[in-house]
Amino acid sequence: MIDPLLYLRAVGVRLGDTPILRGVDLRVGAGEVVGLVGANGSGKTTLLRVAATLLVPTSGEGEVLGAGLTDEARYAIRSRIGLIGHTPALYQNLTLEENTRFVAQLMGAEPGSVGAALDQVGLAGARHRRAIQCSHGMQRRAEFARLLISNPDLVLLDEAHAGLDRHAADLVAFILQGVRSRGGGAMLVSHEHNRMAPLVDRVVELRNGAVGHWEAE
Amino acid sequence: MTGFWTQAAEMARKDLRTEVRTGEVFLITIPFGAVALMLIPLAVGTDTPLLRNIGPGMFWVVVLLFGVLVATRQSGVEGTPQQDLLSLLGIDPAAQFTGRAGATTLLLLAFELVLGPVALALYDPQPKGWPWIALLVPLVAAGLGLLGTLAATIASSIASSALVPLLVAPLSVPILLAATQTMDGLRYGNTILGWILLLVTMDLLLAVAGVLSARPLQEASR
Repeated sequence: MIDPLLYLRAVGVRLGDTPILRGVDLRVGAGEVVGLVGANGSGKTTLLRVAATLLVPTSGEGEVLGAGLTDEARYAIRSRIGLIGHTPALYQNLTLEENTRFVAQLMGAEPGSVGAALDQVGLAGARHRRAIQCSHGMQRRAEFARLLISNPDLVLLDEAHAGLDRHAADLVAFILQGVRSRGGGAMLVSHEHNRMAPLVDRVVELRNGAVGHWEAE
Repeated sequence: MTGFWTQAAEMARKDLRTEVRTGEVFLITIPFGAVALMLIPLAVGTDTPLLRNIGPGMFWVVVLLFGVLVATRQSGVEGTPQQDLLSLLGIDPAAQFTGRAGATTLLLLAFELVLGPVALALYDPQPKGWPWIALLVPLVAAGLGLLGTLAATIASSIASSALVPLLVAPLSVPILLAATQTMDGLRYGNTILGWILLLVTMDLLLAVAGVLSARPLQEASR
């Protein structure tokens, strides 16, 4: 596995005249889980999107899984990144099983992995429910099932604990443990510091788009 | 990772399954199209020769106008989280375009096949040259499907779905013209080969444009 999995140097993002990220330096090593905290609007989601190669920074440089942030090579490594944003990326009129199968088939995964993953996240009984009929927490669980199938090397979780009960929160720990054990890494945004603290190796704080002066190791 | 055509087929299957669930095309757009076809004879009256003359043209106009609705429905299905998901699954944007255009084409084809008998009953156009019509119908569906998908992708890249009809309307003129002129040519025994070639050319150009622009448009949408 490439180490570091992710590094950013002086990365900035502007939307029009508004700076969203300013000179961000960040590194996620192999086997490392980094917590990301900050107030609303501090740039956490934007930073995750840069790390996922979905957003090209307007300044700075960096690499994700060995691919430059602006290189065409980033297209090839995207399937090794697992991002769960704060809005569920499910097709609302498909069932949880259909959503998961869609991912499994596109990833070339074993057909049996769909049922196993849904079972693992506690959705076996709700597999035939459309996403639109499920709570936010259930939809998050379905997204966790997606991560269990795709086994990404870099996991990016936005608002990782939002709307999750205790059992679902344990799934976050399980997924992070899995990515760690295969030498991958993760970045985790959470406003629930008590839940996040035991899962991460260190915490980085964003303040108004810049990494805060204190970086808790 | 899967191949291009598997990815395209999965995209199309997902779109069609969504349509089966929501029934947007079959329960809303098709009935509206039928009503639109019905309104014109009500306005014109029982002038059978006139209806017979304008029937094919009216049919294609309705297919075009309501076809835009069919094409734009997909922009509601793919929000930013879904687009991000597709990118992170490593799906080739060209395969995404191909799958979406394929699903839209199939829906438009169904739209034409349901409304065709309605138009026949209301306008009695007495069409001739059925084998040519059998070729014309899928060519028009493919043209509008490709055009609508391309327009929806462009609109998505600049975050304005309101642009889709504005993009589709002018660019669909050659398709509409070719369809109506082919029907006229068949009826009056004129040559239609040029019009069919125009349709085929349009379809090919739109397919190439959609496939080549898929990646840049997808990246620009962020």
